[in-house]
Amino acid sequence: MYKLTTRTRAGTVTATLIVILVLAGLALPAVASRGMIQDLFFILTMLTLAQLWNLLAGYGGLVSVGQQAFVGIGAYAMFAGVILAGWNPVWAILLGGLAGLVLAVPTAFFAFRLQGAYFAIGTWVIAEVTRLLIAQWKTLGGGTGTSLPREATSNILGTDAIRALFSVREAAARDILAYWLALLLVVLVTGGIYWLLKSRLGLALAAVRDNSEAARSVGVDTGRLKWAVFLIAAAATGLTGALIFMQTARISPDAAFAVTDWTAYVIFIVVIGGIGTIEGPILGVIVFFILRSALADYGSWYLMTLGVIAIVVMLFAPKGLWGLISARSGLHLFPVRRRLTGPKIEGGF
Amino acid sequence: MLLETRGLTAHYGQFRALFGVDIAVAAGECVAIIGANGAGKSTLMRSITGVIRNEPAMVLHWGEPIGARSSAEIMKRGIAMVPEGRRLFPSLSVEENLLIGGQARKADGPWSLDAVYDLFPILRERRKNAGTALSGGQQQMVAIGRALMSNPELLLCDEISLGLAPVVIRDIYAALPRVRAGGTAIVVVEQDIGKALAVADRVYCMMEGRVTLVARPADVTRQDIHAAYFGEAA
Amino acid sequence: MIWVDTLAQGILLGGLYALFAAGLSLVFGIMRLVNLAHGDLIVFAAYLVLMGVTLLGLSPWVAALIAMPLMFALGWLLQIGVLNRVLGKDILPPLLVTFGLSVALQNGLLEAFSADSRRIPAGSLEGASLDLGIVTVGVMPLLTFVSAIAVIVALNALFYHTALGRAFRATSDDAVTAGLMGIEPKRIFAMATGIAMVVVTIAALYLGMRANFDPSIGPARLIYAFEAVIIGGLGSLWGTLAGGVIIGVAQTFGAAINPEWQILAGHIAFLAVMLLKPRGLFPRAVD
Repeated sequence: MYKLTTRTRAGTVTATLIVILVLAGLALPAVASRGMIQDLFFILTMLTLAQLWNLLAGYGGLVSVGQQAFVGIGAYAMFAGVILAGWNPVWAILLGGLAGLVLAVPTAFFAFRLQGAYFAIGTWVIAEVTRLLIAQWKTLGGGTGTSLPREATSNILGTDAIRALFSVREAAARDILAYWLALLLVVLVTGGIYWLLKSRLGLALAAVRDNSEAARSVGVDTGRLKWAVFLIAAAATGLTGALIFMQTARISPDAAFAVTDWTAYVIFIVVIGGIGTIEGPILGVIVFFILRSALADYGSWYLMTLGVIAIVVMLFAPKGLWGLISARSGLHLFPVRRRLTGPKIEGGF
Repeated sequence: MLLETRGLTAHYGQFRALFGVDIAVAAGECVAIIGANGAGKSTLMRSITGVIRNEPAMVLHWGEPIGARSSAEIMKRGIAMVPEGRRLFPSLSVEENLLIGGQARKADGPWSLDAVYDLFPILRERRKNAGTALSGGQQQMVAIGRALMSNPELLLCDEISLGLAPVVIRDIYAALPRVRAGGTAIVVVEQDIGKALAVADRVYCMMEGRVTLVARPADVTRQDIHAAYFGEAA
Repeated sequence: MIWVDTLAQGILLGGLYALFAAGLSLVFGIMRLVNLAHGDLIVFAAYLVLMGVTLLGLSPWVAALIAMPLMFALGWLLQIGVLNRVLGKDILPPLLVTFGLSVALQNGLLEAFSADSRRIPAGSLEGASLDLGIVTVGVMPLLTFVSAIAVIVALNALFYHTALGRAFRATSDDAVTAGLMGIEPKRIFAMATGIAMVVVTIAALYLGMRANFDPSIGPARLIYAFEAVIIGGLGSLWGTLAGGVIIGVAQTFGAAINPEWQILAGHIAFLAVMLLKPRGLFPRAVD
């Protein structure tokens, strides 16, 4: 008779739209230029990283400034799999997820001993330590880095089929494959996060975020929850890192563990779009991309603008652009609120 | 009129805590505000002292609207608070806690460090200890002394007997007449009705965010108070 | 005797890191603010001093003296105009605002001064060394260390023997009750940031005289500064010095074993202390 549901009309419409968009996205390489595919790859991977950071910080309350550690370790694990073990790069991406997971364990062990701001700096230091240690790994290029060997890049799973399908050169086929994988990854990650938030784990997360003490008093195991969220985010971030560097086919410690690319940009995207919502990062990455395209030629002005925008947004619209939109319109495209549905309850004692 | 509130309302988010409270305190008076837990007494104090901001005209100091001013501004006008729970500064010694009470406002009056030590001699012995290393009663003395250091016109005492043994409460309340003699008006917020009635010129009773009784202690019966306090016939 | 030499160098390096960290410790201790732009502000001040030297022909010391009130004003305005509005229970807004500031500052400096390495000329002090018997130390590092101690002594005197210092400590304990005592927390915070910026200027002077700098080195200084503050423990300036020295010594010993390990050694020392004492070596009772 009565049941709890999160389904709303806006949510259903969004779901349908997403299915359409994804199908269109899959077919896109048939008509899109190589440049456009590369741009989309960038957008989709940044969106994935943003959703994951949002899960950690916006929903989990764990403000990490060190997620680049997992991007980097994931990328290096993939390279190691290809160069040292002869794996196909596509399968080696999975190693990236594993590496992220493995690194997350000691990271969480250290970092969870710290609170708030200390935690943030702690994660950054761990990322730096990881970068410095990896730079000592001479087989994978040490401080200067290395590239994926020719045999590996010409044999990436599926590129032959793509070359035939779209009549493109090998490099372009690689980009298309990467793009499809990115599309798959963003759907899985965003869908996974949404599913998580709708589940009991998500309810627990919201409780902890609102009031940790109260949550604990009703039996929520905040410790395990934090571990779970951190590990999941780290593994997925590792996967994403591996995918990103499969596409570039070249790696170095500075690039793989760059705090600007993998943390600063990600944080900007989430903050400008709207932290604590799934819609926010989507909006944020679009704004970010537009800004980047418009100001790309202006080097430091571009970054300066980003910095100033972040300041202004936090001062005047702390919930980001989506926060503004959602507040005005009451719109929730990824509804997570539980409502009771069923026959109308008559009032009165 | 030294202090007045007119139609004072206050909210905690959606929850309304005060529904149009009117009180008045004349210079040199001692007024008691009694009521059960949750009646709104502390909310009233916090509204007066600027911890909660209101419409300017809801709180008047010598006729001037101060409802929207900050705590610091209100304190500098000579309205000092002994907060609920004492709230001494853990990083400061007893003496420093006292000194900080008097550093933002320089005003003439009988209260100085020595005068406070005369009022509460035990504090002179403990002056170098950390503020929070004292017993509850001694901490209350520090809190009162701290508020006196600025020679305020009006002293607001929020639940100064809370958590203290009766002997200690007696000592604390013994200090209030000396405060009055120094020229300071006092508002005492209390759950202990007996103590409040003994020391006050007038008493207000509050219940669920409203004033339910205003009278001189001599003019009220136990039944009146009981009705005003609990909202039912005795 | 090489190890004594390394130890001495490490301790003196710790003085520089303590200078980086002192301003941060002040602000962090009073308002729990994580200023991610702190390192970039040090670099900004270094450029300010440099301009005084190159454009006005002043000596670095005089240029720094003039830069101090300017930096104080900058800190004050920054706090009043921006940071006071985002301070609160949530650590995210100040983190993100200062992150934005960091990026904006770095790139603004890049535009204004280009990425070229610069140095504040220190004249005869640059290569000078002093023979202390068991070790020979550079005059500059020694001066830096002595300045760090002087700054910490001065700050402690401020904190523990002045009315302003009382106000700082009270506001840090309980800002609402401090308000009830007539102290405006927002103005206290502005004062704190202003003073922190003065310390930053001193740190910048020594940073710029000691080694080359460019707009991008801010974040690394921030990390060392934070590590020193966190190792030392919230609210303890001498702890911050101890933290700086630990990092400095770890770095110089790391470098002595293998130059590539210098920075890594510092981080590992930090993590080791964090593992054993998560609240730092000399934390206050109240956090």
